[in-house]
Amino acid sequence: MKYVVLIYSNPATWRALPPGEADRVVKVHNDLIDELTASGEFLSIYRLADATNARTVAARDGVPVVTDGPFGESKEVLASLWEIDVDSMDRAVEIAGALIPHATVEVRALMDAAGLEM
Amino acid sequence: MSGAAEVEGLLRELAPRVLGVLVRRYGQFDLCEDAVQEALLAAAVRWPADGVPERPRGWLVTVASRRMTDQVRGESARRRREEAVATASPADEWVAPGADAGLPAAADDTLTLLFLCCHPALSAPSQVALTLRAVGGLTTAQVARAFLVPEATMAQRISRAKQTIKAAGARFAMPPPPERAERLRVVLQVLYLIFNEGYTASSGPDLQRADLTTEAIRLARELHRLLPGDGEVAGLLALLLLTDARRPARSRPDGSLVPLAEQDRSRWDAAAIAEGVALISSALARTPVGPYQLQAAIAAVHDEAARADDTDWRQILVLYELLAQVAPSPVVTLNHAVALAMVRGPEAGLELLATLDGDGRMAGNHRLEAVRAHLLELAGDTAAARERYRAAARRTTSLPEQRYLEGRAARLEP
Repeated sequence: MKYVVLIYSNPATWRALPPGEADRVVKVHNDLIDELTASGEFLSIYRLADATNARTVAARDGVPVVTDGPFGESKEVLASLWEIDVDSMDRAVEIAGALIPHATVEVRALMDAAGLEM
Repeated sequence: MSGAAEVEGLLRELAPRVLGVLVRRYGQFDLCEDAVQEALLAAAVRWPADGVPERPRGWLVTVASRRMTDQVRGESARRRREEAVATASPADEWVAPGADAGLPAAADDTLTLLFLCCHPALSAPSQVALTLRAVGGLTTAQVARAFLVPEATMAQRISRAKQTIKAAGARFAMPPPPERAERLRVVLQVLYLIFNEGYTASSGPDLQRADLTTEAIRLARELHRLLPGDGEVAGLLALLLLTDARRPARSRPDGSLVPLAEQDRSRWDAAAIAEGVALISSALARTPVGPYQLQAAIAAVHDEAARADDTDWRQILVLYELLAQVAPSPVVTLNHAVALAMVRGPEAGLELLATLDGDGRMAGNHRLEAVRAHLLELAGDTAAARERYRAAARRTTSLPEQRYLEGRAARLEP
């Protein structure tokens, strides 16, 4: 089963971390990537540039209107996206559990083109 | 014969036999498996161009053995660089004489390999991947494509699986007799998983994955040849044939799913149905009944009905009652409920379904809601049926299933 793990974090929280803490978290992430690569569960990771670089595009009267910054008002913004292929949602949640320091993590199943007639 | 497809077929057939020879000669299943894979890749390139050698198996054994010698030498050299014994074994000593004659116990090797690749220390996806490569003779790239993951990921999965087998202390030998029944059960489950991966993907953009059904049937046929007296092996082969027979009718060209009751039965594969029915009839008459035989028997009853309305639901209900005793599971209960509804009315089916409501294994399962929706529709409770179809559509992670379920819900709009 393929899932994406979406990591949301607040850049202000991240900047206010005590010395060494950011490095520690980055090391936890990198070690986890190594572990998932070795187990054949890792597919890909996207690390997102700071949300100040984002443009939000929406239609107004059928015309695209572009605004600076991310969609929504939340202080927590999407920071990285992991694609994994694991046995179960339980395993995906276990992986997500290692990523929660200073972040909120959402696990979403990916749709599959295969299906069974009923 | 030297077409690429013919060569590929021959290589898949020879793969487990060559690997068996290597492992018995050198031990070290993990290294031998890599060596055989390289020999297969070399043959896949050279044979279509140069022609198939006179003794193809001997050719593969020789090339794979050379590769093993290189690896063994490389490791020795690393370990004992100063010692001059790194090349103590002359190449000729390792290399097979090339003749196919005298390579013993080829048929049994396939079975031993199947048991090894389906080792209980491995997760199901690892068992599947390793079986396809080591027994099926597929390349890592082909297995990766079939499971829609990058080749590097699949290579890692296979290599990890081999390490796990090694760490578990497994040997290249038949499991001791008391363990064999349980191990065979895992082998059958792995072949069924391979089949389903291909069967559910057999429409839309994943046609290549559909080859897995052919591969699963080929391996099940091989297993049946090796264990002709085993009713469950015959049952699995029959089930695969009887299910695969419906493949041409199960989806439309746009990838949308056609339910069994609406399939164009003239498109079913009559030869596969005849073979499946003969297999299951003979197995049921000769051997103790088991879950694969019962599922095959149910598939046979469906396949033998010329029209959906001709389906002998009473017989299917009896078979599900037996299956619920022999191998109870929530999925069996689901299908049992459908059969019950067809014989005794939708309310009886809904009552049986309700027993699954507290079952943690079915919590959030879209299929439970889909069946409930279907039975509510049969009962004439349109509003509830529509709501359940919608719930099922939200829960499935399959695009074509979602499209089907949303279509059913839309049909019931007031």
